Amino acid sequence: MGERTSAALSSARFVEMGESVWVRWGKGIGRFVRLHRLAAVGAFIVIAFLVVGALAPWVAPRDPNAISPQYGLQLPSREFLLGTDYLGRDLLSRIIFGARISLLVSFSAVGLAAVGGVSLGTVAGWYRWLETPLMRLVDVMLCFPGIIVALAIISILGSGLENVIVAVAIGQLPEFARLAHGLTLSVKENAYVEAAICLGVSDLQILRRHILPNIVAPIIVQVSLLIPSAILTTAALSFLGLGVAPPTPEWGSMLQDSMKWARIAPHVMIFPGLALTLVVFGYNTFGDGLRSALDPRLRRRR
Amino acid sequence: MTRYLIRRVLVSIPTVFLVVTLVFLAFRVIPGDPAQMYAGEQATRETLEQVRKELGLDKPVHIQYVEYLKNLARGDLGRSYITRRPVIVEISTRFANTVKLSLAAISLAVVTGLTMGLIAAVKQERFWDYLFSILALVGISTPVFWLALILMYIFSLRLHILPTAGNQTWKHYLMPTFCLSVYSIAFITRMTRSALLEVFGEDYVRTARAKGLPERMVLLRHILRNALIPITTVVGLRFGYMLGGAVVTETVFAWPGMGRLLVTAVEQRDIPIVQGVLLVFGTAFVLINLIVDILYSVIDPRIRYG
Repeated sequence: MGERTSAALSSARFVEMGESVWVRWGKGIGRFVRLHRLAAVGAFIVIAFLVVGALAPWVAPRDPNAISPQYGLQLPSREFLLGTDYLGRDLLSRIIFGARISLLVSFSAVGLAAVGGVSLGTVAGWYRWLETPLMRLVDVMLCFPGIIVALAIISILGSGLENVIVAVAIGQLPEFARLAHGLTLSVKENAYVEAAICLGVSDLQILRRHILPNIVAPIIVQVSLLIPSAILTTAALSFLGLGVAPPTPEWGSMLQDSMKWARIAPHVMIFPGLALTLVVFGYNTFGDGLRSALDPRLRRRR
Repeated sequence: MTRYLIRRVLVSIPTVFLVVTLVFLAFRVIPGDPAQMYAGEQATRETLEQVRKELGLDKPVHIQYVEYLKNLARGDLGRSYITRRPVIVEISTRFANTVKLSLAAISLAVVTGLTMGLIAAVKQERFWDYLFSILALVGISTPVFWLALILMYIFSLRLHILPTAGNQTWKHYLMPTFCLSVYSIAFITRMTRSALLEVFGEDYVRTARAKGLPERMVLLRHILRNALIPITTVVGLRFGYMLGGAVVTETVFAWPGMGRLLVTAVEQRDIPIVQGVLLVFGTAFVLINLIVDILYSVIDPRIRYG
């Protein structure tokens, strides 16, 4: 989605009359690829991750949980492209399903954090009397790294897929709240908001119809920036044994499992981590490129 | 300067107070009975009552809060549910280890990150810039625990030159320090590079060059000094967040620090320990911010009078 926005923006200046939307987007994407080659590689990785994650059951060659001990810890071969783990489970299929879990957790967690944080931030920005208590709370939460907050939440709720989503979301919530608060304060000053107040429009309507649509773009950028960190936190939690429970093919818990076999089967340790690093790298390079494509200050310097 | 210092210190006191309050409140909303966790599954109703009285759980929340603050002031953070030892003892035996590891890591990160960022900025759009920029991107993308596993595989399992666990000798420091600092090295490199590039375009840099100042002096006196402010912010922030990375690094390398203590406590749902570690982490973060702010005023005199 981010790519479409940027492509649409960068091509907007070169619109020729009569061109279809598709041609314009095509040209925009082409421009983005030429100018930001590394970012295009990142975008490709991200798209591959999304597609593979979404279509995991159809892409994976085998059942990720099918145990066949006689094939335990096999090195990569034609039959098992990335080898097998100690229970003889196909590593490639587990990594593919791992992408699905990663996708699920990171998107739901960041989505939840965005909804919660933006509600908190806009309300704090709109109602003066709520500003101090709410934003002080947010400041205090920002004193803790996200993973520490997530660990604290897990110590209260216990581990498991849903709890990890909630924990990661609460860890990221203050960042959205702070951003939304600042944005609301600046949008609030606009004449159209004042006009709406004079017309007697209810607060909820103003927030929904006037404030929210005007702060949504930076929020979406923030979402794209925080997804890789959600992916990393989730994997770290599972690696620590406090996240998604073992039979589920999760990259972090696969790495945890691999430690015992590292000496005889290093591939079990290498591939899941490589997948994780690659996806996060993709998001980061793509994010970088997007920022410099959208930020005129950076473009001028090039 | 003294007035600024006093004001800045006073401002951070309520934040610490709020950290304390938030940590208290967060653990009052636990589903499940703390008395049960303390006494164990098989506890009879009488023992539960007893424990409740002992822990003060039979009193209303605001009374509990006052008690909690009083105990805190006396350095009493309660007892671990598992070992039954005072939380303050459990934490203080590990605190120094975490501080040592983080200090080693942040020093490595600052030296390496500043150097790489500086070289990348000076050689903009050339080989070293591309190399360091890509390395930095890889650095911020690599999960600490995976890096740790790979390093352990190479240096401990294959080459047998570095130990995998513990903190006895300087050799024990190498891998954990490097792992903990990689993200920060990458982060500081990126920030340094962009902060320097920002300053390169300023008028006073052109003036300094125009008046014939040697390039080295321009770099040291005008560019670096002005780029130092955003860099200090990042370093302070990274140092605070290093505690988060320490959780993972310490667990992988069996480092006897607070991060590992926290992970074990979360596993065992040893709430008093979790609470204690959170208090220390939160307070440390506020303190680091305070120090960074004071550093600002040393670097940039304008801030003192603002």
